[in-house]
Amino acid sequence: MIASLRAELLRLGKWPASWVIIGVWLLLNLFFGYVLDYLGYRDAVANGDAGQAAALLSQLSLTGVPSAVVAGLPMFGGALLLTLAALATGSGYGWNTWKTVFTQGPSRLTALGGTLLALAGLLVVTVVLTWVVDLAASAIVLTIESQPLVWPSFQAVAEGAGAALLIAGMWTVAGALVGILARGPAMAVGLGLVWALVVESLLRGVSGLLGPFEPVTDYLPGTAAGSLAGAVGAASVEEAGGAPGVLTILSGSASVAVLAGYIVAFAGLAAVLIARRDA
Amino acid sequence: MTEPIVTTDRLTKRYGDHTAVAAVSLTVRRGEIYGFLGPNGAGKTTTLRMLVGLIRPDAGSARVLGGRPGDPRVLRRVGALIEGPGFYPYLSGRDNLRVLARYRGLSDADVDRALAQVDLNKRGRDRFRSYSLGMKQRLGVAAALLGEPDLLILDEPTNGLDPAGMADMRELVRRLADAGQTVLLSSHLLGEVQQICDRVGVISRGELIAESTVAELQGGSSLLVRAEPPDRAARVIESTLGGAAVSKATDGALTVATEPDRHPGIVRALVQAGVDVHELRPVERSLEEVFFEMTAEEGAAA
Repeated sequence: MIASLRAELLRLGKWPASWVIIGVWLLLNLFFGYVLDYLGYRDAVANGDAGQAAALLSQLSLTGVPSAVVAGLPMFGGALLLTLAALATGSGYGWNTWKTVFTQGPSRLTALGGTLLALAGLLVVTVVLTWVVDLAASAIVLTIESQPLVWPSFQAVAEGAGAALLIAGMWTVAGALVGILARGPAMAVGLGLVWALVVESLLRGVSGLLGPFEPVTDYLPGTAAGSLAGAVGAASVEEAGGAPGVLTILSGSASVAVLAGYIVAFAGLAAVLIARRDA
Repeated sequence: MTEPIVTTDRLTKRYGDHTAVAAVSLTVRRGEIYGFLGPNGAGKTTTLRMLVGLIRPDAGSARVLGGRPGDPRVLRRVGALIEGPGFYPYLSGRDNLRVLARYRGLSDADVDRALAQVDLNKRGRDRFRSYSLGMKQRLGVAAALLGEPDLLILDEPTNGLDPAGMADMRELVRRLADAGQTVLLSSHLLGEVQQICDRVGVISRGELIAESTVAELQGGSSLLVRAEPPDRAARVIESTLGGAAVSKATDGALTVATEPDRHPGIVRALVQAGVDVHELRPVERSLEEVFFEMTAEEGAAA
């Protein structure tokens, strides 16, 4: 497994698509999480709206970083990570590289394990960079506005980091599964994005029409991801200034359990498909 | 060179109603170059894919290096290029091999050695997507050579190569076999197979229709004789060889089924008998002729 991980880290680390997607996520997170809020804050100050200014400054503070990191992950960040993982596994069929790897000696499960672990490494890098960018942005705003730098508690950091990794991990494994299911990158990315960005929202919107199946929509992947983000303090989509995809449907512990379940189920299904299908 | 290194027993693969490989039983022996011949779509690649575990047979079995096809312990001793090279286009050729070397637990020195073997070391740092078809093919062979495997399985290794590249590839394969590696290569280029292979298996419509040495496949040699008068020449030859098979064509040419060491005696007898000899030359069927005869017969029988 270590050999497969080293191989996959080399090829994913040198893949421009990896860094383009991570870079896009960091820019989106910075723009929607800090640039827009700061512009709104300056506007509120100029208009003498003290209440709005205080609320925005609270979101821009260092203590707001844990929720800022997770706020974009249930929908946009998740969609980007799903895209990255779907490309990573799906393109192996388009380029015939799965076939090349399978003839090199690792078992199919070892090869898939290496890919998933390398993707996990990339998402850890992504989450760490997001924290660094958000902390830096917050510190710059507070310094410009001559506000004290009050750091978030260790518990808040741990909860935020754990939630971010879990949400990002679920979407990443989902992307890897879709790439393997579709045996190619294009359809995998398309289907994955439609599901993450459209289908789940529609299902939640019409859940009242689903009768006995209505509770099912509470346990969809995006619902669990959004609920976990909401549970660690991100403003839900129904609140003023809330982020799309952030929800308050499931409790924090239920969200964790559902997300962990999806990670295990998606990885297991991907393993069964890789191991049993002809390459 | 007699120890079997690859054996298949009634290996069969079906796709729906279509039987791609039908009960193929072949044997590749240690140290030989085995040519797997067949027209496009005959089942060559499907058979090779089963031998490296990429696909599973629907019936029959195979043993490769004493193990099950696809077993990681077996695959580490096998180098394979199946259905053309599959590499990451954004990586250099060298980095592509480094990725594969890491899977095998090999070093960068092994990568450089493999690149040198296919004469790609100077272009190793260029991106794979910038390679010509021939360079991609050579990189595929370099990947198969990583770790100096006991068995090389090469599916159409000269695809995309120019004549000089094809000659280089033949020389490389010959050199590897001389160094003790066993090579199983598929090809539809009969001249190529005739030049380098010790034994061949011919597959047509999914069935192995022949397996033997190239010489055996070509059959016994014969002698073409044009002489006047032809009937007298035929009698002299039959008398000399003691009832040899002599056939006469409409243009009067005689074809004599005989071994090369009898040719001087025939010449002497004809001259001593006063027959005018206009032409006398050995005739050897090319593998191509044999192949077309065999696959045509198979097609007619189907």
